[in-house]
Formats: sequence, structure tokens, C-alpha cells
Amino acid sequence: MTETVLPTRAEKRKFAIDMRALSPFIALIVLIIAGALINPDFLTASNLLNVVTRSAFIAIIAVGATFVIASGGLDLSVGSMAALTAGIMILTLNSQGSADMGTLALGMLAAIALSAACGLANGLIVTFGRIEPFIVTLGTMGIFRSLVIWLAAGGTITMRNLELRELYRPVYFGNVFGIPVPIIAFMVVAAIGALILYRTSFGRHVVALGSNEDVARYSGVPIWRVRTLTYIIQGICVGIAVLVYVPRLGSATPTTGLLWELQAITAVVIGGTALKGGIGRVWGTVVGAVILELVANIMVLSNFVSEFLVGAVQGAIIIIAMLVQRSVHRGR
Amino acid sequence: MKATVLKIAMAAGLMAGVATGAIAQQKNVTIGVSIPAATHGWTGGAVYHAQETAKALEKAHPGLKVIVKTSPDGASQANALDDLTAQKIDALVVLPFNSDELTDPVRQVKNKGVLVTVIDRGLKDPSIQDIYVAGDNPGFGRIAGKYFADTLKQGNIVVLRGIPTVLDDERVTNFEKAIQGSGVKILDRQYANWNRDDAFKVMQDFLSKHPKIDAVWAADDDMALGVLEAIRQAKREDIKFVVGGAGMKEMVKRVMDGDKMIPVNVTYPPALVATAMHVTAANFYTNAPMRGTFVLNAQLITKDNAKDHYFPNSPF
Repeated sequence: MTETVLPTRAEKRKFAIDMRALSPFIALIVLIIAGALINPDFLTASNLLNVVTRSAFIAIIAVGATFVIASGGLDLSVGSMAALTAGIMILTLNSQGSADMGTLALGMLAAIALSAACGLANGLIVTFGRIEPFIVTLGTMGIFRSLVIWLAAGGTITMRNLELRELYRPVYFGNVFGIPVPIIAFMVVAAIGALILYRTSFGRHVVALGSNEDVARYSGVPIWRVRTLTYIIQGICVGIAVLVYVPRLGSATPTTGLLWELQAITAVVIGGTALKGGIGRVWGTVVGAVILELVANIMVLSNFVSEFLVGAVQGAIIIIAMLVQRSVHRGR
Repeated sequence: MKATVLKIAMAAGLMAGVATGAIAQQKNVTIGVSIPAATHGWTGGAVYHAQETAKALEKAHPGLKVIVKTSPDGASQANALDDLTAQKIDALVVLPFNSDELTDPVRQVKNKGVLVTVIDRGLKDPSIQDIYVAGDNPGFGRIAGKYFADTLKQGNIVVLRGIPTVLDDERVTNFEKAIQGSGVKILDRQYANWNRDDAFKVMQDFLSKHPKIDAVWAADDDMALGVLEAIRQAKREDIKFVVGGAGMKEMVKRVMDGDKMIPVNVTYPPALVATAMHVTAANFYTNAPMRGTFVLNAQLITKDNAKDHYFPNSPF
């Protein structure tokens, strides 16, 4: 008798979890319908591809942020880190004369190495310094930002070699079978992220650490290592985002990546990851990043929102989207 | 007009300065210069010009000492003013971070009998300043607007605004006034925060929304660069030209080279710091009256005069 009862229960619970994970996708569909009603041009393939391509930087960074936040941490330095990494990458490219693949590979390597090192620094200070991640990354945010301003002497760091710039340009503007390269990049990053978070013991350690640090410690989770690794993953994600960012405008300025940290955190939360840790949803995060970019796009395409009120309407839409998600949870 | 008068006055002042300097041999004067640190392109340019001018002035006037101090925010600028006063300056050239915070610190400097030159952002109490040197924001919009009205005559344009500030508002309202009555119509306007990435996004959306755009007023060179990249990606041929502003060296270079998409630029030169320093120095080394308000006209940079506005060594 009991055997027949138990499976049905389990099935019910599984369905409920699916609903929760689905809610960002529902919000996305609602937004797309709203956009189509506001302006028919919204649904053109070129507009939608533009928007999804643009969301690539935040989406990739937010995949890393999903790890940090799911483990109960926070990284405010990602925007400044992206600017610094972009600056160093361009300076590396400029220091090499020739426009060939070797130069590009060197620049990319420099970018990933630097961003991983920045992440490692954040992680080590948080774990070994035993300081709140909010404070640590607020500090490194200022440090990274000042360094890029200093490197640029307040101006712009630009790729000088035009041939190299043309060689690199397809990484943002090119496509494979009609799909823009940045979209492929963030899908691959999200797939790898999901694999690590859901299918490895490290991923389970991250979530365990976020839901209850003490229990995780008593259960033998190597807390310091796991925590530091989440910041390194965040750093590497920033590096990958920069690889896609640099070919777009070929320059880094003191305003590059400004407020990206807030956008990344917003994307993570819209995606269903708990800000207090313990739950991580990689695919939801990606959808969250696309939602953010869609809202901005709909604002520009609409004719009835004055440019003075764009920020207010944007904020309201995000809050309403979150309320819709919550009501979906309750209605299960 | 004013700009020409100013130039003549400055040239006269400089020549006289060199002459009297040679006769009187040495007159010891210390000028303190307090400006914001290089936190974006324009202030980066201001710092560059301040340092270059300091060197040039010290060379031209033996006995003159120029101390340039940069500060990352209003509070540190107030401290920097204290430090400068402690070094017994005769004149202060200040580009205040903001009007509210720095009015009193500058007043204290003034009370010590120091000649005060204020640049760009005015103080709450204008009676503090002996000399005021400012850029021309309404003119910045007006000249760009006039160019659109004269060149385009007929057509639809889109406008990218900066960060919502008084400065941005003065530029945009005067732009609108200048195109009034002409056949130029603004299809759309949107804030892009003087930022390349934001301008790229906004322009992509404008291109999706409007099937035909004749020209773009990007109002800033950083934004113009983002706009150009978006147009290139969309492969749109309908846009005849893009006008930026502020005279970034890369853009001035393109005007100089006769780029069809970038026919002109409008100045809002960070070098106005240099003007202020020259005027202040002239106050000590010439008999020409220097006190008053100097407004540097916004100028249209065209292919013909672009080389006068091209500073390849400036970071901006």
C-alpha cells in the first residue's frame, strides 16, 4: 500500500519545483507579447537577435554571479573588473605589432588570466581575511575602476591596429548558421555552468554552503576552497564576457562596465536564485539577463514613454515581473 | 565675436607678458590650479592641458610657479585647496567639482587675498570670483542645430542625450530651437549617458524602430562612436551623417580626413583650463585688465579648421 502512495507524492513535488524554475520563462513570454503589442517592429528577427546578443555580457557575468550568490556570497566588483580586463587586453593587443591569430590568442589569454586572478584575490580576501564579501568586493570595485582610469589617463584605451580590429570583429558581429557568436558563447557558458552546478559534487557543495554554512562545515564540505572557487569562476566568466565585449567597440573607457554588477545581480535574482544563497538557477539567470535587456529595448521602441520616465517604467516592469513569478509559486 | 576678442586680448597679454618678463627679469608669482582628477575623457583632457600649460607658462615667465593638483571628489578638492593655500599662492585657478560643496572653501581662499579664477561650473556666490572662464552649453546645442538646419534642410533625425543634467538640457533645448522652422524633424530622443555602450544599444533600437533616418545628433563623441558601430552593423545606407561633440581627438581626425559620415564636430574644449591659466598669469605679468567673464564660444570644427583643434598627444 505504502509503495503506491509514495511515488505520487514525489511526482507532485517535482511538478511544483518545475513551476518555480519555469516562472522566469513565463515572465519572458509575457514581456515578448507586451513588446509585440507595443510595436510590431519588436518581433523582427533583427531586433530580437540584437537584444539577445546585447544581453550576452551580462548573461555570461551573471552565470558566474549565480555561483557566488548561491554560495551565500556577493561580488560587486564585476563591472570594474570587466573594465580593467578589457583595458589590459587591449593594451596587450596594442603591444603586439602583427594582426594575426597568435596576437589575438595572447590577448585573450591575458584577459582570462587577469580576470581569474582578480577573482582569486576577491575569494582569498573573503575567505582568509574573514571579511564580508560586500565590503571586500566594494573595495576591489574601487581598486579595479581606478586602475583602468589610471591606465587610460582618464581617456580611452583603443585598439590601434585596424587590421587586428577587423580580424577580431566577427566575435561580436559574426554568426554561425545565423546565430550570432555572442549568443552561442553565453549558451555554452550557461550549459557548462549548469553542468557544474547541478551535476558535480562541487556544485552541490556550493548550494549546501549557501543554505547553511555550519551544516556544510560539519558535513565535511571544504568551505574555504569552495568559496574561493566560486569567486574564481566569477572572474573567469567576467574574462569570457570581455572577450565578447572588446570586439564590439574596440575600446575600454572609464565608464566601461559601469553598474554591470547591479545588472548581473538583478538577472540572477529575476532568474530565481535566492539572494541569501542556497538556491542556484543557471538557466533562469540567463533568462533574467535577457529580460533586463528586453525591458530596455521595449522602452526605446515604445512611443508613449517620455525619455524622462524610462527609468521609472523599467523599474516598475521588473517589480511586476517578480510579482507575477511569486504569484505563480503560490498558485501551484 | 567674444571668442575673437578674447583671443586678441590673450595674444596681447602673452606678448606683453614675455616683454615685461624680459625687462623686469623676475617677478615671483605662485599660481595654484585645482581640477578634478581624470575620471572620464573630458576631465582627462583637462588634466593634460593643465599640465602642458603649467610647463609652458613657467617657461615663458621666469619666477612663475604653477602647482597643479587633481582631486577625485568634492571633499578632497576642499582639502587640496587648503594645501594650496598653505603654499602661499597668489592666484587660484579652480574647476570646482560642484557648486554647492566648494563655494565656501573657495571663499576662504579668496579671503586670504588670493586672486580667484573659476572655470566652467560656477560657484553659488559669483562675487567670489575675480575671473570666470566658461564653455558655452547653449551655444553647443545651437551650433549643432544650425548645422542640421543648414545642411540637411529637410529630413528626420534622432537625438541621443547625455546624463540628465542642466548642462544636457541647455544643449538639447537650444538644439531644438535652432532647428525650429526648418524641415528637420526629431523622430526620437533618448538618454544614452555620454556612454559608448549605451549609445550603441539606443541606436540599435532606433534603427529597428525607424525605417528611415537621415542623420543623427549624438551630441558627444563617445556616443557618436557607439552610434557609428550600430549603423555599420545594421548596414543601413539611409543615414547621411552623424554629429558628435566635444572634440575628441579621434573624431577631429576623421573630420580632418574628410570622413563623409563625420562632416563636423562642435567644440567644448577641455583646453578651457589652459585659457583660464593664461588669463590668470596675464593678470600678473601685463597691465591689461583681465578681470571679468570669458565665455568660450562653441565652435564648429570643419575639414578646414580641424587641424587647429587636433591635439594628438592629449588623452581625449
